[in-house]
Amino acid sequence: MSALDDLKSCFVETFDLSDTDPAMLAYHGIPAWDSVGHMQLIAAIETRFDIMIETQDILDMSDFRQAVAIVRKYGVDV
Amino acid sequence: MSEPRLEGCPVALVTGSTRGIGWACARRFAEAGYAVIINGVSDEAAMTARAAELGEEFGVPTLAIRADAGDEAQVAACYQAIFKKLRRLDVLVNNAGVLADGKIGMVPGHLLQRALAVNAAGSFYHLQSAARLMGRHGGGAIVNLTSIMGVRGAPGASAYAASKAAIVGLTLSAAKELGPQNIRVNAVAPGMIETDMLSGLKPAVIEERRRLIPLGRLGTADEVARTVLFLAEAPYITGQVLGVDGGMGG
Repeated sequence: MSALDDLKSCFVETFDLSDTDPAMLAYHGIPAWDSVGHMQLIAAIETRFDIMIETQDILDMSDFRQAVAIVRKYGVDV
Repeated sequence: MSEPRLEGCPVALVTGSTRGIGWACARRFAEAGYAVIINGVSDEAAMTARAAELGEEFGVPTLAIRADAGDEAQVAACYQAIFKKLRRLDVLVNNAGVLADGKIGMVPGHLLQRALAVNAAGSFYHLQSAARLMGRHGGGAIVNLTSIMGVRGAPGASAYAASKAAIVGLTLSAAKELGPQNIRVNAVAPGMIETDMLSGLKPAVIEERRRLIPLGRLGTADEVARTVLFLAEAPYITGQVLGVDGGMGG
């Protein structure tokens, strides 16, 4: 599984997605991606990639594209 | 500094731990078998020496990380270092603080801002990052150091009291928000404790205040530390502010 697939699976598992493409998601775009869901997503990504994301990046992660860019900052080849 | 090989030790970070109550907490946690992270704004060599002293006396892993609690970037770097070197955090003792004495009309803005930055915002920054590390390993405990002044107030201490009262609000809210992640958050409110922080007071003032203490004496840093350790390990206590004040706040 590629790192991109790993990242997608974080979204799918956190938000219990079945037929929604994570790449189309944005913060508050679905009920599950509220502030609580956001912190669960961050925890899932941190655990999956063994990184610790800083507060400003947590605030900036407003959609899947941003998530890709932020994860790259921490050395993940996604 | 001893190498941080954990081998099952829980990890405790004590902010502002090179002296006073922080140092007493570091010693109590080391004695209880925790790997202890010493933190402060002293120079790196002095903190490393403190950490080594602790490791040698109690045979636990120790680490020294310099970070000013009032600087958000330094606190973030502190947690990146903990994550890289130790991978986990089980206890945060949010102890770093600065005094800000003065009558209301005589407190300069920079003194108020520094007290709020270190005591209030600094406690928040540490709690914010610590909770995220704790959440990755099933939970943890945070003990914030407020003050009897933050709970009861005191003349000539409004700026300090305001900054310490903020810690009470932080404790109560964080306990509710982080409870579902099995992260407990409590606070200790020391009264008159024999530390360097009292050295600026005249003996007559100390004596006058001592007479207000039902137990008739000042507390010790170790008595505060024992309470902090108790709260860190009490599995069903969260959202409490516990006075360690000889009855002064009763």
